[in-house]
Amino acid sequence: MSDLVAKPEVLGQHLLSISDLEHDALVEHLEVAEAFCEVERRSVRKVPTLKGKVVASLFFEESTRTRLSFETAAKRLSADVLSLAVASSSVKKGESLRDTVETIEAMGIDAVVIRHSSAGAPHQVARWVDRARVLNAGDGWHAHPTQALIDLFTVRQALAAQEGRPSEGTGTELLAGRKVLIIGDIRHSRVARSQIDAYVLAGAEVSICAPGTLLPAGPADWPVTVVDDLDVALSQADVVSVLRMQEERGSGSFVPSLGEFTATYGMTERRAALLKPGALITHPGPMVRGVEISSTVADDERCLVRRQVTNGVPVRMAALFLSLSTPEEAVDG
Amino acid sequence: MGDRERRHTRPLGAVFVPHAEVLSAGDLSRALTRMAHEIVERNHGISDVVLIGLQTGGAPIAEALCDRLEQIEGSAPPLGLLDVAFYRDDIGLRPVLPEAVTDIPVDLTGKIVVIVDDVLFTGRTVRAALNALGDFGRARSVQLAVVVDRGHRELPVRPDFVGKNLPTAREEAVDVSLDGVRLGRLVGR
Repeated sequence: MSDLVAKPEVLGQHLLSISDLEHDALVEHLEVAEAFCEVERRSVRKVPTLKGKVVASLFFEESTRTRLSFETAAKRLSADVLSLAVASSSVKKGESLRDTVETIEAMGIDAVVIRHSSAGAPHQVARWVDRARVLNAGDGWHAHPTQALIDLFTVRQALAAQEGRPSEGTGTELLAGRKVLIIGDIRHSRVARSQIDAYVLAGAEVSICAPGTLLPAGPADWPVTVVDDLDVALSQADVVSVLRMQEERGSGSFVPSLGEFTATYGMTERRAALLKPGALITHPGPMVRGVEISSTVADDERCLVRRQVTNGVPVRMAALFLSLSTPEEAVDG
Repeated sequence: MGDRERRHTRPLGAVFVPHAEVLSAGDLSRALTRMAHEIVERNHGISDVVLIGLQTGGAPIAEALCDRLEQIEGSAPPLGLLDVAFYRDDIGLRPVLPEAVTDIPVDLTGKIVVIVDDVLFTGRTVRAALNALGDFGRARSVQLAVVVDRGHRELPVRPDFVGKNLPTAREEAVDVSLDGVRLGRLVGR
């Protein structure tokens, strides 16, 4: 046990972006999520872990699965959930984010799950709050840490299943050295930014492939390889992450036409056939079938999208548990 | 406390320094054999018995008891493993982390559940285990088997099968493995 080195920053922390996490914290999220997967398989899918804690979900941007799975996760942990419908709240009367957050904090809330269209909003909220923990459920183009954790967790489970062993306790060893290829609208994607941080932290090699207009500004500063020949990259990849064309952020106007994007960068049946045996496809959802991914490929058994949705709840239970189960002072003690 | 919790608990990176051997591997093996016989005697066989080892210290002990019950009765009882982290009452007071995944293979309704752990101390782990087991069915009865009862109870919990009653000081630590039982202290580096 003498080799156990403490990483006190794992527990009782905000979850704002993957880049804040140490390798230890990443592993802890994956392993704790594994324990919550077992809770999901029981007939009584609820544990009393966070009884008496109050979790507020603040979604300033629309969402189906993230909001549902965060709220389900909090309820499975016996926390009370307050969900602020921004459309019918005082935000519509012109209340500032700071005042909304201070109202929430004054009510003694323990955790704030926030999605906002402005990058950095959750960080700003984290600076304002005193005792509440802040979990980022997506901010602008910047970060979507729980989605990246779900992707790594799902890929780790699938890789463990291929080797016929349990994924529990494997840390990041199954992910280390894997070739991960991210395709599509990387420029506007907070999922891509968080995925890159997470896969690199896990020791994987990440490359990205997109039309020039949908590549981020200055990809040379990122720990990734930009590839030009999609077909060659596909034939070498262990994991392919297909991203959604984000019409609400105007992705469509960055390419000549959606049809041309599909032909040159879409995950079509022809491209899926280039993948090596055992390669996996992930998609953060919602999928736009026929644009970035063909309907046949989306339903292919190599495509993990349904398992990603299922794993959303246990991974977010782990995130809430790790943020809320220990007050910061008990760790810093 | 398991390894993963200890990583986040002060003193950080503490090591166990033994100062006395309480049971040798042979002593422990004989104690486990006696406890297995007591389980059979108390329950008139093992037909409805289910062993539940508490993660992580109780898991190897439960497996060892399961082997002995098989030798005595000719068939092994179902064996489950339970991690009680999510049911603890000190969440938020100290770092609490699940150490391993719970695996309970049978519905516990109507069964005689024998909770197996390495050390009985405050009784709070057993309290958490009783709450957790309630989510897996209504057992006919629940019994408790521990290798070491070291005293200092904070809750009205009493063991049914004990390997060794061991008076200890609160700040001492007890290390149990199939290689034997040692008394010592946790020393920070």
